[in-house]
Amino acid sequence: MNDPPREPVGPYLIAWLALLLLLALSVLSAYEPIGIFHPIVNFGIAVTQAAIVYILFMRLRGRPTLKWVFAGAGFLWLLFLFGLSAVDYFTRQGFPLR
Amino acid sequence: MPSARTLRPELQYADLEQQSETAQIGMWVFLATEVLFFGSLIFTYAVYRTVYPVQFRLAGRDSLILLGSVNQAILVTSSLTMVLALRAARAGAQRALVWLLCATAALGVAFLGVKGYEYAQDAASHLLPAIDFVFKPGYHAPAEMFWTFYIIATGLHALHLSVGIVLVLIFAVRAARGAFPPAYDGPLEVVGLYWSFVDTVWFFLFACIYPLGRALT
Repeated sequence: MNDPPREPVGPYLIAWLALLLLLALSVLSAYEPIGIFHPIVNFGIAVTQAAIVYILFMRLRGRPTLKWVFAGAGFLWLLFLFGLSAVDYFTRQGFPLR
Repeated sequence: MPSARTLRPELQYADLEQQSETAQIGMWVFLATEVLFFGSLIFTYAVYRTVYPVQFRLAGRDSLILLGSVNQAILVTSSLTMVLALRAARAGAQRALVWLLCATAALGVAFLGVKGYEYAQDAASHLLPAIDFVFKPGYHAPAEMFWTFYIIATGLHALHLSVGIVLVLIFAVRAARGAFPPAYDGPLEVVGLYWSFVDTVWFFLFACIYPLGRALT
């Protein structure tokens, strides 16, 4: 519109198409009789989609590199939350309540 | 906030770049807390899905996967328009910036519209836990638990998205007034981070809700 854009638009469009393709894959896989692999496939796709958005759309790639520490810290604490909570739930006697 | 005319950093920063980077890191800190917020919700879901796999699959089959998918496509596209808006800001294309921000907000409103329609369909199918929940044959208490998760998780997500829409609209007005010259787009970058993060939350909620029980015969 005004100035000629310097940043290439291609990677963003490719990422967008990849996200839509992964969505289609997620929906199609839901109808396949793959049993216990359903959650693995569905959450695997969600993690891949989130990684694309984090790295490209939220520009984790660029400066300041310090943001990796903060972005990573969130997921490190999430690991603690999941890990420690899971230890409780899956070693608790009499759970689930019948 | 530096004025568009003088473009001087605030007192505590060496330059505008440092000011912008500090703001971005501040948003990443906030997003880390959001990861834990939605993470605890998804962990609770994971526990009960593991304990009651059959009931969760039965309940999940009643979710409207077409509307959920349309909404994901809308959100993904809104993240694209958002990132293109930031690109326009960096290139100094002010008109494109304003229009792309408006498109982003419009896509956000479209998401809420589809979600509202979906809630109405769920209500018509008597799938509102504690308010109007009818157990079909073979359905037990965990099925209602699944729908409780559905309402809380998607409701909180819609709340986050609503905040995002208001922010993007405010920034569209500010952008139209020339508040973001190419040399300083820090606040825009921060809003962009928030918007795309809310998008990523939906990927996980989608995986939790919509694909369940489709392969049941």
